[in-house]
Amino acid sequence: MKRFLLPLAVFFVLAGFLAVGLRLDPREVPSPLIGKPAPPFTLPRLDDPQQSFSPREMLGQVWLLNVWASWCGACREEHPLLLELSRSGAVPLYGMDYKDTREDATQWLKQGGGDPYRATAMDLDGRVGIDYGVYGVPETYLIDKAGIIRYKRIGPVTEQVLREKILPMVKELQAK
Amino acid sequence: MIPEIGHFALIVALLVALVQGTFPIIGAATGNVAWMALAKPAARAQFVLVAIAIGCLAYAFAAMDYSVLYVASNSNSKLPLHYRVAAVWGGHEGSLLLWAFILSVWTVAVTFFSRHLPDAMRARILGVMGLVSIGFLLFMLTVSNPFERLIPGAMDGRDLNPLLQDPGMVFHPPMLYMGYVGFSVAFAFAIAALLGGELDAAWARWSRPWTTLAWMFLTVGIMGGSNWAYYELGWGGWWFWDAVENASFMPWLVGTALIHSLAATEKRGSFKAWTVLLAICAFSLSLLGTFLVRSGVLTSVHAFATDPQRGLFILAFLVVVIGGSLALFAWRAPRVGRGGAFDVLSRESLLLANNVLLVVAAGSVLLGTLYPLFLDALGLGKISVGPPYFDTVFVPLMAPAIFLMAVGPLARWKKAELPDLAIRLRWAFAVSLATALLLPLVLGHWTPMVGLGLFLAFWVFTASALSLRERLSAGGQSVAVRLRSVPRAWWGMWLAHVGIGVFILGVTVVKGFETETAVRMRAGDVTHLAGYAFAFDGVNEVQGPNYVATQGRLRVSRDGREVAVLAPQKRLYTVQNMPMTEAGIAAGVWSDLYASLGEPLADGGWSVRLYYKPMVNWIWGGCALMALGGFLALSDRRYRLTRRCRAAGENAA
Repeated sequence: MKRFLLPLAVFFVLAGFLAVGLRLDPREVPSPLIGKPAPPFTLPRLDDPQQSFSPREMLGQVWLLNVWASWCGACREEHPLLLELSRSGAVPLYGMDYKDTREDATQWLKQGGGDPYRATAMDLDGRVGIDYGVYGVPETYLIDKAGIIRYKRIGPVTEQVLREKILPMVKELQAK
Repeated sequence: MIPEIGHFALIVALLVALVQGTFPIIGAATGNVAWMALAKPAARAQFVLVAIAIGCLAYAFAAMDYSVLYVASNSNSKLPLHYRVAAVWGGHEGSLLLWAFILSVWTVAVTFFSRHLPDAMRARILGVMGLVSIGFLLFMLTVSNPFERLIPGAMDGRDLNPLLQDPGMVFHPPMLYMGYVGFSVAFAFAIAALLGGELDAAWARWSRPWTTLAWMFLTVGIMGGSNWAYYELGWGGWWFWDAVENASFMPWLVGTALIHSLAATEKRGSFKAWTVLLAICAFSLSLLGTFLVRSGVLTSVHAFATDPQRGLFILAFLVVVIGGSLALFAWRAPRVGRGGAFDVLSRESLLLANNVLLVVAAGSVLLGTLYPLFLDALGLGKISVGPPYFDTVFVPLMAPAIFLMAVGPLARWKKAELPDLAIRLRWAFAVSLATALLLPLVLGHWTPMVGLGLFLAFWVFTASALSLRERLSAGGQSVAVRLRSVPRAWWGMWLAHVGIGVFILGVTVVKGFETETAVRMRAGDVTHLAGYAFAFDGVNEVQGPNYVATQGRLRVSRDGREVAVLAPQKRLYTVQNMPMTEAGIAAGVWSDLYASLGEPLADGGWSVRLYYKPMVNWIWGGCALMALGGFLALSDRRYRLTRRCRAAGENAA
């Protein structure tokens, strides 16, 4: 009798794991960059190629770096939320346009209802993206006053993530 | 209005399924003939209702009714009609409807081909299938209704995922589901046998053709999916050990074990409890696969919708179905008598060994698939398990299984002699070993994996040739007479085994001898690979129905003679603004030439990947032979004969 119960026992262990697994989010991949300084770069800006943007300029501030592209479908999803965030002024938002062209990107921002970014750096060949370990666009990095990456979101920012994760962290880091 | 009819049909189908899942089973337990008799009409009514539902959904797609949420999310007015219809199973809700529909197809097939079954047995089988159906219908009606309205309707749809806009989408999912869901029949037979306490040779004989049929569909489905990935993803790979691929592969492995163990149960009455357990496991793994794909617990290239609420529903369903049937197994199986005795070396023992290896292989795939989840659940970190794990674990398990597979058909039932087998197989062994050692040297280079692969492939070929020769030369009659007397079931087995050899040969040669290169090419450039010259003529724009493509043109020549023109594309699907790579392939029996376009470069050139893939089509050719073997086995006289006898008997009475 006992050995015939074995398959059932194995299955229940499996089901237990599946139940726990349901509450986990496999998309939340920890980045090895968390707790490390944001990789330095200097890239031309989207609005004016003569000017450049570098994370060094942001030292002393808590800010968000959002990696986006005009060819990225999911970026459309988070765009309205980013516009709202930028209007609220809770945290400075900068963009990094990943593997894109200037015309497409400008056009896309126009169509999408506006530009939520204070500035967008143009990573045309995706080289800086490699330093940041960009894994799928969109991605969002939260960087603190000392230039350390504190949080990374892979995939579109949702209302819930913004409310429950990003904004509380921003507040905490700004208070420091 | 039409979507509401579909929705209503699903509700009625659920009610009918409730009748089908309860009365016949209770009737069979209490001997109530009238209740048992409800099974057949209920199953047929359910088929009609679910067919109406899926028809309504297909109509909504064809008629571009974007006031249906599911249609609006998975279709677009520019999408060609055949993809609009295939988009029925392009997302979560529709896939489930397809699942339920195919289950009803199998159920109705059982009602037509079960005249030879005792009434109680048939009632139980249909009842069990009705219970499974309840789960899926309830799931759709509670948390994933494909007919949910979008008010006000969308102007246009969001388009089908461009990855799925391929002829493969039209055939692959239905085939795969026919296989997956087909194991529900073997499962229902097993549960019915456990309920009735009649686990005998007759039970094995009845469930064999159903299992073979489902296995055949699953083989074709997996083959199609692999081929699709090969030309669609543009990476030149044909199997990625992705969680969803594994989800279809595990039932295949266990189903293969089940086919063989059913043969032993039918012929010799052996491994009864084991066979029942395999039948339960094969279907359980199909359900688990559905859970993995649909719940979003694992990341995968196939992960579509992820919704914890749905995950919870499927998990609860899994616990009820799998937990319930394994509990039933634990309760009833100990009473099943032992089968006929057999020797340590016999066809039974070889089959058992193969069975164990297949099941362990399926278990290791399961472990690899779920390992990231286990670690995450235990808080031990996030990892992903990739091809290195599967390759290291899978080869050592399958190599002995394949070795034994070739010997099995030559061994006698009950008791075989090792010296006798060794003498019969000595030439096969010598030829395979010599091929494995010498052929790679002729072809260029020898590695242990190439040697092992070639040895196994030729071991299968030579041993199969030997078993054919023995089959044809035994007895005094002429070869022609013997040839005709060989049953089709035997040919089926033989062909499927040869198919495995063909498959291994293809995998070995591709892995061992493929070459690839990534180059930047401008119009007029020529690249050389594997003796072929690839001349790049540049790119031009091509307008598709719902995409714009940049199409490259590569003229391939060998020794100055043009052999092929490749036209790889880089498509941009305009609705979702999603780029897709479409490889350019010149397919051949002996090799494929494969090109995919990468990124445009600043100097007007393109990065281009070129591959030379020798014998890659043998991989799918082997799968096709396996499926054909299944088909031959199904067309065996004994299945037709019993039906004809039965019909004659009924006429006489």
